[in-house]
Amino acid sequence: MTLDATPFGTPARVVSVTGDGPIALRLMQMGVIPGVSVSVVKSAPLGDPIQIRVRDFDLALRRLEARAITVAFDHD
Amino acid sequence: MNAFLKEHPALRANSKRTFTAALAGNPNAGKTSLFNALTGLRHKVANYPGVTIERKEGWWYIDPAGPAVHVIDLPGLYSLEATSIDETIARDVLLGDESKTSKPDVVIVVIDATNLVRNLYLLSQLIEKDCRIVVALTMVDLAKRHGLDINIPRLSELLHVPVVAVIARRNEGLDQLATVVMQVAVDSAIADLHPTRGWLSQKAHATDGAAQWQSKLIARYRWIENVVNETVSEKIEARAQSTRRIDAFVTHKIAGPLILFLIMLFVFQAIFSWANLPMNLIDKLFNVLGASARTHLPAGLFTDLIVSGILPGVGGVVMFLPQIILLFLFITLLEDSGYMARAAFMMDRLMRGVGLHGKAFVPLLSSFACAVPGIMATRTIESPKDRLATIMIAPFMSCSARLPVYTLMIAAFFSGQSVAGFVSLGAVLILSMYLLGILFAVGVAWILKHTLLKAPSPPFVMELPPYRVPDVRNVFHSLIERVGVFLQRAGTVILAISIVLWALVAFPLTPNITGDNQSIQVENSYAGQAGHLIEPAIRPLGFDWKIGIGLISSFAARETVISTLGIVYNAGNAGDDQSESLIQAMRNAKRPDGSRVWTPLVALSLMIFFVLACQCMSTVAVVRRETNSWRWPLFMVGYMLLLAYVSSLVTYQGGRLLGFS
Repeated sequence: MTLDATPFGTPARVVSVTGDGPIALRLMQMGVIPGVSVSVVKSAPLGDPIQIRVRDFDLALRRLEARAITVAFDHD
Repeated sequence: MNAFLKEHPALRANSKRTFTAALAGNPNAGKTSLFNALTGLRHKVANYPGVTIERKEGWWYIDPAGPAVHVIDLPGLYSLEATSIDETIARDVLLGDESKTSKPDVVIVVIDATNLVRNLYLLSQLIEKDCRIVVALTMVDLAKRHGLDINIPRLSELLHVPVVAVIARRNEGLDQLATVVMQVAVDSAIADLHPTRGWLSQKAHATDGAAQWQSKLIARYRWIENVVNETVSEKIEARAQSTRRIDAFVTHKIAGPLILFLIMLFVFQAIFSWANLPMNLIDKLFNVLGASARTHLPAGLFTDLIVSGILPGVGGVVMFLPQIILLFLFITLLEDSGYMARAAFMMDRLMRGVGLHGKAFVPLLSSFACAVPGIMATRTIESPKDRLATIMIAPFMSCSARLPVYTLMIAAFFSGQSVAGFVSLGAVLILSMYLLGILFAVGVAWILKHTLLKAPSPPFVMELPPYRVPDVRNVFHSLIERVGVFLQRAGTVILAISIVLWALVAFPLTPNITGDNQSIQVENSYAGQAGHLIEPAIRPLGFDWKIGIGLISSFAARETVISTLGIVYNAGNAGDDQSESLIQAMRNAKRPDGSRVWTPLVALSLMIFFVLACQCMSTVAVVRRETNSWRWPLFMVGYMLLLAYVSSLVTYQGGRLLGFS
């Protein structure tokens, strides 16, 4: 499952961040790396971008970019 | 006296010795607070060699008799793999890559204690680059309140770099920071102790199919996670609860946009009404100065230059200082509190609709104060084409220099009227002018992004920092800085233009003119001739040759139109309230056929012209600098002038067709 499809408020674990482009680089520099816990907090008033919480801080990113993050739920 | 200096009297005596310290850290880590605490007001905004991009540097006097540290405040950065121009600059200074600056003696890495893991990532990269490092751990008080217990000696031990806890707002820990910075800078023995690079050995373990850069990055984070696990004990997960509660309202689906709109309305209303009293005081002061100059100086050209040229010219601009202070105050408060990022978060979808980035929202919002810092703030935008599109539309945001023009027009032709009984027509008109600029910006951005600057939408990954009560000292410093720039402009550019304009109006001298026939002098002067020259072109907009003189001068800086009109209408000589007399003179001005020059429609047409035309030398200069070519600034001036002309034409002629005069 990718992060853009994750329901709000449900904690998940990052499995991988795909791509070699600036999005993957930026996300990983900020600590979005495999194994880390992440959750989607909410979306902006117009539905996009979304607010995610990772390592105890909040990031805004577009749904398109959130698709680069593959996540799994702990009970999977 | 500082403890380190006490032990090293030789160093203390050798007070000529200076060294350089660069402040590096993540955005929002508290760098600027620390910079202000260290340097006080002994700092200046200078340019980077070659690239002429702004940088802040100052002097940190550790001890009155001791060596001084040259401190450089760098733009915030998350890593050394720079993705924006801002980050590239910071990296180049840190690593000494820039041809004209050498590597700083010490890098003070500012680390936010409430966000250790991510902040330590930059540190791990700097350690790899063999920088001499001192860690300044900020927000330790906040971390404690959030239930984080950080073992600082252990942290220092594991990182192999000195760590000093500081609370910049309360000047705590600065003396210890000074001691450590000097030790690291001076003592080569300490500097030669290279920190271990624990993550390098872990590299092999992290390779599980990922690209090489990824495994290296992951290895660094694994090392950091181990360090943090060993040094931090978290009792409760209470961090940023208040931020979450505030966000529930501030970025709420319905309340969020409403709050954003109310904040903007509040800011504009405040600027329009609260600034009035101090503005009138400044105006009176300049009138008193003018009157006393006229009585005490012998009559003649020199006195005339002072009374009719310099005082009304400079005074007419300095008068707007209160408005500018208020506007910058609000922008700084919104930025420092963390609200700006939320605004960008909410606006991104809209901005993307025209092909722009949510991050463009902050530079564009700053452009409401002044396009110059706004254009410089576009450096945070990663994609060059997006950045260029943002620069091209930034001057459409109604800046503080337009405010005096709107204010004058409203005071003269729309005062005392209200809409729906309680909102003044003036406030509504001003808001409309702002909205008009935004509308054109959106349209032009859309066109540019679909033609000249076509490119895929760049990534939008932005931190939403915790809300913080703005640091009073930071707000104060940024106000001082910006007011300084404004006054400097008033003292140089505006002063020069005032003198030139006065000369253009005063020469050639028409002989035998007595007090009341000043208008003949103006008409025959060089300025009058220029005004007459362009009159055929601007008559369809409702403007006569006197307004034409104002328009010509306003291309240097918008606000000069007021001092020019003051000179053209000879308002500075009336002796009493200057802007009052200018308003009266404008209301009374007649065309040759006896009809009034100024009507509400003419005023509106002029206001719209000022919304859209790029009448600002400073903006042109900064665009030239930031784009490194004359093509873009010239394109900008040209297309904006065209839009301004057509829009004023449509307004005036359309208004007449509808029966307005």
